[in-house]
Amino acid sequence: MTGTKGAPPGDAATNSRAGPRSEGRRRFLRAGAGLAGAAAAGATLGVSGGRAGAAMAAEADPTALPPNVPWWGHYLGDGVEAHPYGKPSEYEAHVVRRNVPWLTATTESSVNFTPIHELHGFVTPNGLCFERHHGGAPSLNPADYRLMINGLVDRPMIFSMEDILRFPPVSRFHFLECAANSGMEWRGAQLNGVQYTHGMIHCVQYTGVPLKVILDQVGVKPNGTWLMAEGGDASGMNRSFPLEKALDDAILAYAMNGEMLRPENGYPLRLVLPGWEGNMWVKWIRRIEVGDQPWFAREETSKYTDLLDNGKARYFTWEMDAKSVITGPCPEKPVLRKGINQIKGLAWSGRGRVKEVHVSTDGGRNWMQARLPDPVLPKCLTCFNAEFEWHGEEVLLQSRVVDDTGYVQPTMAALQKVRGVNSIYHNNAIQTWLVNQTGEVENVRLG
Amino acid sequence: MSVLANALRTGTAGAVALALGALGTVGAVAADLDPGKPYDLGRDATPEEVAGWDIDVLPDGTGALVGQGTPAEGEAIFMAQCAVCHGEFGEGVDRYPVLFGGEDTLASRDPVKTPGSYWPYASTLVDYIYRAMPFGQAQTLTPDQAYALTAYLLYINFVLDDEDFVLSNETIGAVEMPNRDGFIRDDRPDAQPETVCMTACDVPTQVVGRARIVDVTPDDDETAGLSLE
Repeated sequence: MTGTKGAPPGDAATNSRAGPRSEGRRRFLRAGAGLAGAAAAGATLGVSGGRAGAAMAAEADPTALPPNVPWWGHYLGDGVEAHPYGKPSEYEAHVVRRNVPWLTATTESSVNFTPIHELHGFVTPNGLCFERHHGGAPSLNPADYRLMINGLVDRPMIFSMEDILRFPPVSRFHFLECAANSGMEWRGAQLNGVQYTHGMIHCVQYTGVPLKVILDQVGVKPNGTWLMAEGGDASGMNRSFPLEKALDDAILAYAMNGEMLRPENGYPLRLVLPGWEGNMWVKWIRRIEVGDQPWFAREETSKYTDLLDNGKARYFTWEMDAKSVITGPCPEKPVLRKGINQIKGLAWSGRGRVKEVHVSTDGGRNWMQARLPDPVLPKCLTCFNAEFEWHGEEVLLQSRVVDDTGYVQPTMAALQKVRGVNSIYHNNAIQTWLVNQTGEVENVRLG
Repeated sequence: MSVLANALRTGTAGAVALALGALGTVGAVAADLDPGKPYDLGRDATPEEVAGWDIDVLPDGTGALVGQGTPAEGEAIFMAQCAVCHGEFGEGVDRYPVLFGGEDTLASRDPVKTPGSYWPYASTLVDYIYRAMPFGQAQTLTPDQAYALTAYLLYINFVLDDEDFVLSNETIGAVEMPNRDGFIRDDRPDAQPETVCMTACDVPTQVVGRARIVDVTPDDDETAGLSLE
């Protein structure tokens, strides 16, 4: 009888605690296996829901479970040369960046999304960091790379990567969020998955040279008050930013999470402007010009300006307002069992540290403080978690962050009252997930 | 009581070491990124090198590449190199950007943001066209072609009314765009509650919109998860 304790999870015949929920769980597990499973269950489960728990989708092999000894307990595994650069388990193959094809005309000028619901802790693995390119992602030889600094400087200079790597480095954890993250949700609940509603964000440890150290080498003239960063890619991305930011915390980064940048993240060098919108973090940066006024480049006039209801548009909206979202449960991660469930999520602020995160299970009527496991770093993703007990009723899950400037994450109604619905950028509204009676989770709008 | 005495009293080796360090028995520590410290890295950029990459232009025309072009010249280039994506009339093919029209739409439910309706400076057009267009063949246009294309876009947006107007590095800064005054400086933070309500908050909790009904979420089951077949 000892063997039955290790039977596949969700097997009603052997799991006395599961009760009526076990069938529901089996249905989710099958749905994760693909369309056939979903059809067999007659489920109305959405596609994104169908990905739920795909890693768990395989039914366990009873011969691998106690008291049996599985095959890997008998035979040798891979040798050390099998994967000179390691990869995730084949059972994690569903943890990938995804695209929304209808958003853009081409993949070379497009965006994809980080699977934040599949991640643990606040560090995003390099291969899962969402991508945003405007002219594709070039893969260039660092021997051919040069950084030029010119304009209102004492000495226009050129640096090679060899030069850059010889400056004293700093390493800091920071989130990078696209200003358009959640931009499809202004008018209503559109995309049924947290990867799509909140996945234009990642958080890594950047290593590089403080920009102020580089500026010290060229000598900024007294009338130099603005900088323009320019990419060396086929979009020539250029953005203006004030000298104060460069002297505060800007980094010219060549590494992320301990290895050189990935090509899609700007290899070999990119700008890091902690807390500010991702578009400004120019990748494949080839030049910084010092000037005495902003440039009003295309990406800070035609794009990345926030149109208000009255037809006027805000410009230079650099800081990312404090924001949080529950990454489980979420449409991709249904509630699989009654009883104690974990709410987990991510919170961040472009202005400083996360101070508190509140979670609600009744659509914002009542809130409780979530736990904030260490570390809580400035301008960095912060994990939160809290428990809720589920008995099969409908639940409206929300999270709300307060940062150390006192800024409170607003409701969509509050945002719309000030900004209307045409802003596209800087939607940091409280997100609502509806958990229905079968445990499925849907992106909904309350009103 | 001295630091050392305190450390000895608490009796921890680490604290003793720390206290000894405080007394100056450890070696020198690297300066904390000395402000202004020269590292003797990098080299001078020559004027020729700077000229090859310094392609930006300010709103008043400062820094503009030397060149000129007219709307009439720009139309021919547009049809040959731009219309395939932007449409013969700048109407935009598929999801490629629309380049004309949109007047009086910015406060509407369906704003159309074009150079004519939205862009505050003409300098931005020539800057962007020269650095990034045509898409996939960036920085292959001559400055003259970039000015001609800019002139053409200004012409179809009724900013210029003479198809033989010579737009150049001399005149680009003087062009007045219709939406020049359409922008305000960032005035966030905004949308803040008066108090942070924690219990019995008066908020609407009726579901008024559902993503599943909107049904625009990508369907990628083919690539999702591992196959069990």
